[in-house]
Amino acid sequence: MASIGIAFGNSTSSIAIANDDGKIDVIANPDGDRFIASALSYVGEDEYHGAQAQAQLVRNPNSTIVNFRDYIGLPFDKIDPTYSQKSAHPINLGGTTGYSINDKQVTVDEIATSHLKQIKAAAEDYIGEKIEGAVIAVPTNFSEEQKAALKKISSDADIKVLQLINEPTAALLAHLVAKDALNKDKLFVVADFGGVRSDAAVIAVRGGILTVLATAHDYELGGDKLDDCLVEYFAKEFQKKYKVDPTTNARSLAKLKSACIITKKTLSNVQTSTISIDSLAEGYDFHSSINRLRFEVAGRSVFTRMSAFVESVVAKAGLETLDIDEVLLVGGSSNIPKVAANIAAVFPESTVVSSPSTDSKLCNPNELISRGAALQASIVASFDVEEIEESTQPVVTNTQHIAKPIGIKTGESEFLTVVSRETAYPIRKSVTLKAGADDVFIELYEGERQVKETIVEAEKFSDDEDSEEEEPEVVKSVHYVPGTLLAQMALRGVGEGSSVEVIVNINKDGKLQLVGRSGDKVVKGEI
Amino acid sequence: MSLPAVPASFSGDFKAHSNYSAPVKRPVEPVGKYFLAHATRTLRGHTWSEYEKLEASKNVKSVEESNDDDEFDEEQSEDLLEHDPRDWKTADLYAVMGLSKLRYRATEDQIRRAHRKQVLKHHPDKKGAAGGLDQDGFFKIIQKAYETLLDPIKRRQYDSVDFNADVEPPSPKEKYDFFEAWTPVFESEARFSNKQPVPSLGTMESSKEEVEAFYKFWANFDSWRTFEFLDEDVPDDTANRDHKRYIEKKNNNARKKRKVEDNKRLADLVKRANSEDPRIKKFKEEEKAEKARKKWEREAGARKAAEEARLKAEAEAKAKAEAEAKAKLEKENAKKAKEAAKSAKKKNKRAIRAAAKDNGYFGAEDKATLIDADIETLLEALSDVSLADVAGKLNGADASAAKSVLDAAAKETGKSYNFFG
Repeated sequence: MASIGIAFGNSTSSIAIANDDGKIDVIANPDGDRFIASALSYVGEDEYHGAQAQAQLVRNPNSTIVNFRDYIGLPFDKIDPTYSQKSAHPINLGGTTGYSINDKQVTVDEIATSHLKQIKAAAEDYIGEKIEGAVIAVPTNFSEEQKAALKKISSDADIKVLQLINEPTAALLAHLVAKDALNKDKLFVVADFGGVRSDAAVIAVRGGILTVLATAHDYELGGDKLDDCLVEYFAKEFQKKYKVDPTTNARSLAKLKSACIITKKTLSNVQTSTISIDSLAEGYDFHSSINRLRFEVAGRSVFTRMSAFVESVVAKAGLETLDIDEVLLVGGSSNIPKVAANIAAVFPESTVVSSPSTDSKLCNPNELISRGAALQASIVASFDVEEIEESTQPVVTNTQHIAKPIGIKTGESEFLTVVSRETAYPIRKSVTLKAGADDVFIELYEGERQVKETIVEAEKFSDDEDSEEEEPEVVKSVHYVPGTLLAQMALRGVGEGSSVEVIVNINKDGKLQLVGRSGDKVVKGEI
Repeated sequence: MSLPAVPASFSGDFKAHSNYSAPVKRPVEPVGKYFLAHATRTLRGHTWSEYEKLEASKNVKSVEESNDDDEFDEEQSEDLLEHDPRDWKTADLYAVMGLSKLRYRATEDQIRRAHRKQVLKHHPDKKGAAGGLDQDGFFKIIQKAYETLLDPIKRRQYDSVDFNADVEPPSPKEKYDFFEAWTPVFESEARFSNKQPVPSLGTMESSKEEVEAFYKFWANFDSWRTFEFLDEDVPDDTANRDHKRYIEKKNNNARKKRKVEDNKRLADLVKRANSEDPRIKKFKEEEKAEKARKKWEREAGARKAAEEARLKAEAEAKAKAEAEAKAKLEKENAKKAKEAAKSAKKKNKRAIRAAAKDNGYFGAEDKATLIDADIETLLEALSDVSLADVAGKLNGADASAAKSVLDAAAKETGKSYNFFG
């Protein structure tokens, strides 16, 4: 009996399992795909799934269903059918969303059940064991009804849902566990650029506990838009050569699009890529090539929108880009170097942008969500569903978070953060400092945020002929200064140079306790 | 970074100034092991230190659990240590490895570890250092045992003939608790099953289905037990092919024979257990009781009809008897009345007869015979009613009155009389 993690995306799904030694395997389906297209196609009596179904988009677009994840559990009048234009169109089945496939009516829930069944079969095939339960990742804005519908769908597909977790959290969890950095307090932006939609979240990691501070969603931004840019680019080229517009014919367009997707993916890894389609339109074959720069120019509007989107979520959290420690890029489009470069330009230099182009050792951004879900599945697999529900109820998850950092004033009159802002109760943090005197004085302060501006003189390039007057660059950085004084404490007779541990405890009722300790000398005080 | 010195203005150890800013309530994400810890703490209401103490005690326990090496520290018996390595097949290979408690249950990892332990102890180099020379016989057996037990096929062959692991069924002469005695027998036999898991014998409380499934399983037992291990060694010299074939044939036959014997043994075992099983008896009794009850229920209709018929017959007989009694009574009454009437008639007749005599024949005693004859005629002629009427009128009447009465009566009859009329 194994428990898996499932990332169920609009465009692709992915399955992962944590094996006994804690490593996570991403499971390939029988076609060998690790990113299984969330597509189903019905041709005659046959059901095609994954890449095979996606291939049917060219020949049988009306019986091929893609991008249906977001329709789950929603009535017909609430769905946005934009992305179903080139595939089977959703129809209204007495209020619920459905499709008419080969004159048979199926609801979106039934489609999703078939999809999950295929996923389950692939996983069981791969592991050679029955799947007992699964943790499924869902977008942060999935409504309760949608979650309930997804649970129902899963149980119809004979998968016991152990827990539904948020996609950005799952991705971040996988990233942090892989880097073994769950313990480090950092502020993250998780940007998920999917096929047809993009999501971003600001997440505070405090003592291994993740708190989402803000989320943003863009339903018109994703890899699909980049494909369209490439389609447009190549269509123009084709038209110039053969005086035929391939975009006017649905079949030519579908062919061109599927070729462009491959070209786009190749461009993430190499500088130049070719495209070659036999009989694209009116019997003309099409062969061409594109380099990365041209692609970046063609998709400029989309790239700009992506970085603006990331900026917007930071603003939504009431923060500045300066506050963010790391940006984690998730989803297929994160493989594109330009995306990472654009986002890095938005953030200060101190912010790390984690994407395959900046650090090749990272997990594949496509796999992060399913990896996180698999990790969570391995953690909760030993519990009953009731126990998991009990642990995830609001009374447990809704926790007080401190609004401002708490720290001490050092001998250099600087603020040393002990407890970072947005840390959840209960808290216990400690720092160890050197005693500057025999009797040391510990002053506990609340930190005040200040933006420090440092002016960096532009380096002079002596050999640069047309050196225009380079403006000095202003580098901004956030630092905290002591604000409100909370408490003072004296620890006497510790001896100069000995190490002093300062511990700040905040219990679940919010009572703050300050402890100073050096060797066996301990002073305690409560506020 | 360092801590500053205490300013002179500060006295005491601790001074609280103000509380920190109001916290913000947010949901934390229910993922990761740290959240698990957080949830446990929140639900159980543990403080940090309590939680850490619990976690620490847990860690200690898990370390102890993994430390099970001591199991293999069994001492081999003197006989085993001096066993001839050429006859290694007859040695108890699990005892050689120090696994005599685990036997077929030993995992591959345990065998490896046990082997390592035995090698450390019995390696010829160590024996040599201890003074003995050429004392590597037991070591050879260890190596053979290791070779046999680590190869899954060979291990099955050995396990098949590892009679030390067999649990003998209880002797039928002794008194024993069925479950206590038979459970280990079936548990040890279960190791030969191709189908796993094997249903357990269960308890007295097992359902009929479970018991039936159990015996059905054992009746169709699919055993992998083979007897290659007991084969006579086939000579590998190419000189005598016929002899070699002869031995092979003999081995094959012996294997088949043993297999048949073993199957029969198991079948007998299961049959015996079945016949002794108190649950089977219980089920049979229950079945019997159930059958009786069913029969009782089925015959309820007939019984009711019979009862009704009986009641009806009884009622009828009663009614008949009553009617008979009544008729008898009536008959008797009628008889009595008749007799009474008869005697009254006699009495009346006598009274009438006496009337003449008593009244001195109304003064005509000479005509006494005539009068008597007349009276007789009158009496014959008079009906019963008028007889009583006449007798009544005569009662207490004087001679003349009596005469007139008799006259009137005689007139009424219309007969011819000598005296009256």
